[in-house]
Amino acid sequence: MTGVRHLYVHLPFCAHRCGYCDFVTVVGRKGEHAGYVDSVLAELELERGRLAGAVDTVFLGGGTPTFTEWDALARLLEALPRAAEVTAEANPETVTSEMAALLAQNGVNRVSLGAQTFNTALLDVLERRADPDAVRRAFHRLRDAGIANISLDLVYGIPGQRPADLERDLDAAIALEPEHISCYELEAKPGTRFTHAHADELRQQAESMEGYFERVVERLRAAGFRWYETANFCRPGRESRHNLGYWEGRDYLGLGIGAVSTVAAARWRNTPRLAAYARALAAGEPPPREVEPLDVETKAKERLMLALRLDRAVDLDGVPGVWDADGAARLEGLGLAVRVGNSLRLTPRGRLLGGAATVELLA
Amino acid sequence: MSLEEIRNFSIVAHIDHGKSTLADRILEVTQTLSAREMREQVLDSMELERERGITIKAQAVRVRWKGHQLNLIDTPGHVDFTYEVSRALQACEGALLVVDAAQGIEAQTLANAYLALENDLEIVPLVNKIDLPQADPAGTAVELGELVAEDPERVLRISAKTGQGVEDVLDAVVDRIPAPAGDPDAAARALVFDSSYDQYRGVVAFVRVVDGSFSTREPLRAMAAGTRFEAEELGFFSPDRSPTPTLVAGEVGYVVTGLKDVSRLRVGDTITSEARPAEQPLPGYKDVKPTVFAGLYPTDSDDYPELRDALEKLKLNDAALFYEPETSQALGFGFRCGFLGLLHMEIVRERLEREFDLDLLVTAPTVAYRVTRPGGEVVEVHSPSDFPREAERVEEPYIRASTIVPKEFVGSVMELDNERRGRFHHMEYLSETRVLLAYDLPLAEVVYGYYDQLKSRTKGYASFDYDVIGFQDADLVRVDIMLAGDSVDALSVIVHRDGAYARARELVDRLREEIPRQLFDVPVQAAIGSRVIARETIKAKRKDVLAKCYGGDITRKRKLLERQKRGKKRMKQVGTVEVPQEAFLAVLNLDGSEKRS
Repeated sequence: MTGVRHLYVHLPFCAHRCGYCDFVTVVGRKGEHAGYVDSVLAELELERGRLAGAVDTVFLGGGTPTFTEWDALARLLEALPRAAEVTAEANPETVTSEMAALLAQNGVNRVSLGAQTFNTALLDVLERRADPDAVRRAFHRLRDAGIANISLDLVYGIPGQRPADLERDLDAAIALEPEHISCYELEAKPGTRFTHAHADELRQQAESMEGYFERVVERLRAAGFRWYETANFCRPGRESRHNLGYWEGRDYLGLGIGAVSTVAAARWRNTPRLAAYARALAAGEPPPREVEPLDVETKAKERLMLALRLDRAVDLDGVPGVWDADGAARLEGLGLAVRVGNSLRLTPRGRLLGGAATVELLA
Repeated sequence: MSLEEIRNFSIVAHIDHGKSTLADRILEVTQTLSAREMREQVLDSMELERERGITIKAQAVRVRWKGHQLNLIDTPGHVDFTYEVSRALQACEGALLVVDAAQGIEAQTLANAYLALENDLEIVPLVNKIDLPQADPAGTAVELGELVAEDPERVLRISAKTGQGVEDVLDAVVDRIPAPAGDPDAAARALVFDSSYDQYRGVVAFVRVVDGSFSTREPLRAMAAGTRFEAEELGFFSPDRSPTPTLVAGEVGYVVTGLKDVSRLRVGDTITSEARPAEQPLPGYKDVKPTVFAGLYPTDSDDYPELRDALEKLKLNDAALFYEPETSQALGFGFRCGFLGLLHMEIVRERLEREFDLDLLVTAPTVAYRVTRPGGEVVEVHSPSDFPREAERVEEPYIRASTIVPKEFVGSVMELDNERRGRFHHMEYLSETRVLLAYDLPLAEVVYGYYDQLKSRTKGYASFDYDVIGFQDADLVRVDIMLAGDSVDALSVIVHRDGAYARARELVDRLREEIPRQLFDVPVQAAIGSRVIARETIKAKRKDVLAKCYGGDITRKRKLLERQKRGKKRMKQVGTVEVPQEAFLAVLNLDGSEKRS
């Protein structure tokens, strides 16, 4: 047993809940941040035995980790294990020069900045509080503080976003010269307030949006980014090592409310409820968890599904019993995959259709 | 009971004119049932009948009124069951012809009146629902009197709902309807006017004894079918089964036969005694042939054995239902079924879905075509896939359609009938405002969306009835549908050459809408032979990815993909194209009346 090398820490606090967001978040509650960090550190102590002696990556996700009260955040960073890659997610409006310095001085060497879009009107639609200049300012402050590895999050398919708006967002993102860009289609979940409010626009633009993903891939590759994962692009050597851990099917430990861990044959998810989480840890108990056993076949299926997201060949011999030879042949016939022996790689078009291709290939 | 004290009668009416309510009221007034026992429409025993407010299976019930035995024979009210109605009428000496005072004479009023007259029945005309505010009892009585050549004063005016005038109706049955004429001493003969199947006792025949008498345990024979059986039990309905040792000339009742198959004792057959058989059967037996055909497939192909068992069971109760196994490339294993008409088809389908809990896919209904092959061989074709590419001659069944409408809709109905390749036959003013329009139409034009069109173009005021009048030459073609070059047998249709393009267009458009985009472009084509007459393309998907997939998302995304995989496995494979069941359903449910927005 080598121990888990990837650690995720969830910091759920946000200034405001955005309309499209579906993460576990807690709005405001400044007074509770310190207590929450105590709980997380208590959970870390309980789980420390699972961690490898040397942790490879730490990822602070949210919520808005940089919205967390300074003292609490500093205390947390201080207490977390050292790692080769320590990422923090940040919202532009929270990144002051002081915050940037705090991160850099406490071991954070990679920041994932939630830009989403550089269009003021579209930021309003997303109910984001930042303005486009806030993104640029935050980016430069991080650079000034010495963060040499910055990722920008972009969202496309925002209600009202025209093709020209997308081009301008990509221009703006590329111009900042980040090391990494994540680009997601806006998920308008049925039944949410957001989807309801924008139903008409979403329907109208459904057809033109078909091409947005292709365009994103085209532009970013032309700008020298590697399309290394379905929704992720990087400068050479600048993959997110933490996220690669997920995609390569490695174990990870998640701390905090709603955080998910996968270790050996089990996956568990902590309660999303702050009070229950805190109460258990205050009593020295692990928080309430939903546990999902993972059998060999399920793990193989997940490895296949995750591996197909990467720009590498998948070794089909490594996932026996979960793939279908006819499906593989169909993908090849349609020009969506290339197969050499039992090594299968999706073509660029195959990757644009990665979900459907995975379904085709699964047994 | 002497013949003099017996009256056998039916109630005939257009749908919803109050036949069942009147039957209920008669049971109540004669104290056959207490008010507490009354349920609405007691005679319509099937759940489906109660819900649709129509009668599917005829039944007979015996009541007593002022020293007389009255046998009320309930008849189905729809055009598809004309033969059953005619047999039920033959079991009677008279009929109550019920007309709604607010609606006046409708198409089935006419059809039923003519049927009753053909059977030499004494008709007692009556106007019902006189309690309704919009009722016109006097006007309706004049219209009705004219139809049956009766003084309007003699037309009874009642409200079956309130019970007003119902006793007069019973008196009129006794006074006006003749007692049965029959020879109690002749060799026994009984007309089978309906039958049902009882799980434990086999076929139960509903009979009218014409001559002689029958006793329990007597060996009997069905003269047309040649079936032999024993009268395990004789009895009548009152309204529950009441066993009796004998049934004598003039009486109406039931015979429990123990037979395991209704087709061995068909409606219209004559039952006689094995010991002293009659020489001649009663007249009028006819082997009823289905006129409308469709493929029935289980939505889930695993349900095929269940569908087969269900059809077997239904057939026990429905001698007119025809079915044989059929295989479709696109839909798998199913059955080609024949029905007496569209309503019959609808009822069978609903019973299969409701009583047997099956999910069904029904292909577009077809009629029976008569095809002369090169060389002179004549075959009957029930399915588009059997329709030959080459034929010397093709004939299709025609009907004479009678439509009654308020005069302002005459133009709309003529327009519809002309569009449907109809030929005007005649027109007649039944009153100042209501017109009977007779057209000869190909039956095929009526099975495809006609009713809905008629309803919408006449705001629901039209009533419709038809008789099959024979075969006529037709210029018909078979339109095949192809997906990515592979033909989808279940979607082939036989249409008139002039309507081929419009129908092809409609099918192709609908398929393009309904079939989800695939990983490649899918041409959708409609063709006559090798000539493509309509084409659309379902463009390939350009993007299909699950955007975010990090540590907390993996389980959910895996389950999503697994679900998609299961959905994919459920799809029907047509060549290389995956077609969801719903797409077939949507296309097969195309009934020519749907307007796309």
